[in-house]
Amino acid sequence: MPIVTLIKEDVTKQVEASTLKEVYEKLKINPTIVICTKNNELIIESTKLSPKDEIKIIPVISGG
Amino acid sequence: MPCKFCKLKPVITLPNSKINLCKSCFTRYFEKKVLRTIKQFSLIGKKDHVVVAVSGGKDSLSCLYFLNKLANKRMEIKISALLIDEGISGYRNKTMIDAEKFCKENNIPFHIASFKKEIGLTLDEITKKLPNTIPCSVCGVFRRYLLNKYSRKLKATKLATGHNLDDESQSILMNQIRNNTALSARLGPLTGVKRDPRFIPRIKPFYLLTEKETATYAFLKGFDIEFNECPYNTVSFRFEIRDLLNNLELKYPGTKHGIVNSFLEILPLFKERYKNMEINSCKECKEPTSSKICTACFLLKKLK
Repeated sequence: MPIVTLIKEDVTKQVEASTLKEVYEKLKINPTIVICTKNNELIIESTKLSPKDEIKIIPVISGG
Repeated sequence: MPCKFCKLKPVITLPNSKINLCKSCFTRYFEKKVLRTIKQFSLIGKKDHVVVAVSGGKDSLSCLYFLNKLANKRMEIKISALLIDEGISGYRNKTMIDAEKFCKENNIPFHIASFKKEIGLTLDEITKKLPNTIPCSVCGVFRRYLLNKYSRKLKATKLATGHNLDDESQSILMNQIRNNTALSARLGPLTGVKRDPRFIPRIKPFYLLTEKETATYAFLKGFDIEFNECPYNTVSFRFEIRDLLNNLELKYPGTKHGIVNSFLEILPLFKERYKNMEINSCKECKEPTSSKICTACFLLKKLK
């Protein structure tokens, strides 16, 4: 299962998903306000994930 | 699905059109859109001295990066950076370092104005003195006050901010809910209603780009986009509006574009409505204001 790090929450978890879209759905993340990286490269929702993948989900909202 | 234009690996799916773009096609799309915004709304003219309000965050640094790149191409435009240090412990210190480092590396004149030095108190101290006031409201008043005052001191002809489509859609909705058309009239890619030499016109080159697009651009340009949110952000009206709009955007894609584009249609009417508004000099500090005493001095009195 891919390993997902949520930057805002500072949490890492394993999520059973074969695409980034599935990760967003399973973690109830709004894809319009985050970006996601795999090996420090941006990926999009339709990107296929393999069980060994490690991805980072970063919120895009401004500091305030 | 690969990039629509060159079939390379995509880095973003554009929010409205659902088009996939790779790194270089997205960068081209982003920069073209900013240039188009600058041209369409006449944001920057020849020989302008643009002071960029920077916080060290991704939006303002991307804005500074882009305008500096533009200035290097058009030698007659001058760029400086101005950072307001509100005095928020554990937050501003880090972004200040990023901003200063960026300016040093790119030979951009860098200036700092601090709440402590200018008004005698940090934002942390103000929130303790005024516990029933929303920190963002107080901070916004003093920030705008110092940005205008300092950019005028620096002889700026424009003051640029990294505000994007998400920020603007929030401001539009907030003003609507509060029935504040006078504030709505001041919005837009080129702010203000009436030209006055005491007010430095503010420009928003990223006006038509979403926060996600801006973050993508910042990431591709190598800026630190790690999450660093202001500790006071959770208690503001804007925070609630932001969440509301983000949920609507997910359910009804294009919501934010719709709000901003329809606002641009009626903005000339708002500006016309308030064009004869009187601009006075504040009795206390002589800064421009629509009242007898500016909001910054009004707040300062409350703090004494």
